Amino acid sequence: MRIEDKLYLVGYNVDEEGSHLGVSDPEACKKCQGRPCTYVCPASVYSYDEEEQKLSINYDACVECGTCRIACDYITWRYPRGGFGVAYKFG
Amino acid sequence: MRKKDFDVIIVGAGPAGLAAGYVLAKAKVNVAIIERGTFPGSKNVMGGIFYRKALDDLIPEFYKEAPLERHIIEQKMWFISEDSVFSTGIKSEKFNKEPYNCFSVFRAKFDKWFAQKVQEAGALIINETVVKDPIIENGKVVGIRTDRPDGDLYCDCVIAADGVNSFLAKSLGLREKITPNKVAVAVKEIIGLPENVINDRFGVSSDSDGVTIEITGPYFEGMESMGFIYTNKNSLSIGVGTIIEDLIEHKVNPNDLIEKFKTHPAIAPLIAGGETKEYLAHMIPEGGYYTVPKLYTDGLMVAGDAAMLVNSVHREGSNLAIESGKLAARTYLEAKDKNDFSAKALSAYQAKMEESFVLKDLKMYRNLPHLLEEKRYLLTKYPQLIIDSMYSIYNVDGVSKPDKIKNIKDKVKKEFGYWNLAKDMFTLWRKLG
Repeated sequence: MRIEDKLYLVGYNVDEEGSHLGVSDPEACKKCQGRPCTYVCPASVYSYDEEEQKLSINYDACVECGTCRIACDYITWRYPRGGFGVAYKFG
Repeated sequence: MRKKDFDVIIVGAGPAGLAAGYVLAKAKVNVAIIERGTFPGSKNVMGGIFYRKALDDLIPEFYKEAPLERHIIEQKMWFISEDSVFSTGIKSEKFNKEPYNCFSVFRAKFDKWFAQKVQEAGALIINETVVKDPIIENGKVVGIRTDRPDGDLYCDCVIAADGVNSFLAKSLGLREKITPNKVAVAVKEIIGLPENVINDRFGVSSDSDGVTIEITGPYFEGMESMGFIYTNKNSLSIGVGTIIEDLIEHKVNPNDLIEKFKTHPAIAPLIAGGETKEYLAHMIPEGGYYTVPKLYTDGLMVAGDAAMLVNSVHREGSNLAIESGKLAARTYLEAKDKNDFSAKALSAYQAKMEESFVLKDLKMYRNLPHLLEEKRYLLTKYPQLIIDSMYSIYNVDGVSKPDKIKNIKDKVKKEFGYWNLAKDMFTLWRKLG
């Protein structure tokens, strides 16, 4: 099953006002070896845009596990605003 | 006198925070629990096994009314390679009698129910609110700052039960930075199947009897991964947790891993025909005893996952969380009698925890995380040896049994060396007890 199809099953209350995820130093991404954020994230939130030479962050798919912030020190991570983000049905 | 909104503010409505809230509310303490989700449980995830004892002490016979799936009568451990399984475990009618040992649960439903009980006991639960920072005055925690307008709240004491990502424990310097070798990320799917299909496939006679399977071995190619399958009433919880450092080094995506796991020849038939209902991910603090932070400071105590309280050997966590929340609350009640919420007064919490099964259990396994980190082959080479040896002995192919035993011995000698084998066994025996 593709991750896109799985994430379709997850309930979200997306905060349209902006991302709770970011990168403190975009230059670091350019030099980063292997870019672990692009594969360790269970929701595939991160991808690297080679043309633009920057990290693309699909924050509305985030399941708020925190794996990316453990894997990379440059990722700025905070909780979505109260009431926003992932909302599990089963848990 | 300083403004005071509550006697105690608890951050996080998971098992640790709710247990603390329950004890305090029952003791008529003015307590608030701050939860960032739309309701308690909406962001809470675990594999799905809840042990009765810690909560039964608080709410006797809770299991008769709580939303539980199945009580577990069989627990299995599988070691898997590409094409084989070595299985061990325990099934007992003793597990099939009230008050039961453990249950499969859905945390979004269970925590919601638990929160209801805590509310009925008199606690205030404030949902949809993120705690940004502790408020510190004269070196003492005196409240919390939330993301609500005018969201500063003051209290005598804060209990940080804000989960594995605990920014509170971190910002107060109680917790060291978590490194990728000390924490796992688990992904899970809820796969719907009819009750009778689950009963047949797992060999149980009713939809209240459940089975758990923990799964590791060479199939995970040297990563410290633990898979699991738990039976719910009309679904299965299936997942894989892996140390994040291993995912990074092996360049593996957790969803790709669970997809591969689901195709294993022993697992595919168990989930065949099922429909995925939800996909979840959560971090598990696996570092054990040595990563447990100092549990208190002036005006604050830390409980549950925020304090890294997970016994990964026995996949226990929520019961440790409940016990810690309970003990933090009792420490507060003692501190209240003397109106002293200093670090010195709250250090009684640390002492209570050292005395409880929580830190005693973690202490017993304190060297295991490091051992497994150093010797990943314990999870791959030995299970592979057992699988190969058993296959050889069970496979009738004209080779005599004495020759088969000799071949196994030769293989052990060549691949491990008797001395190394003895050393590993001794180390394991010592570090497990």
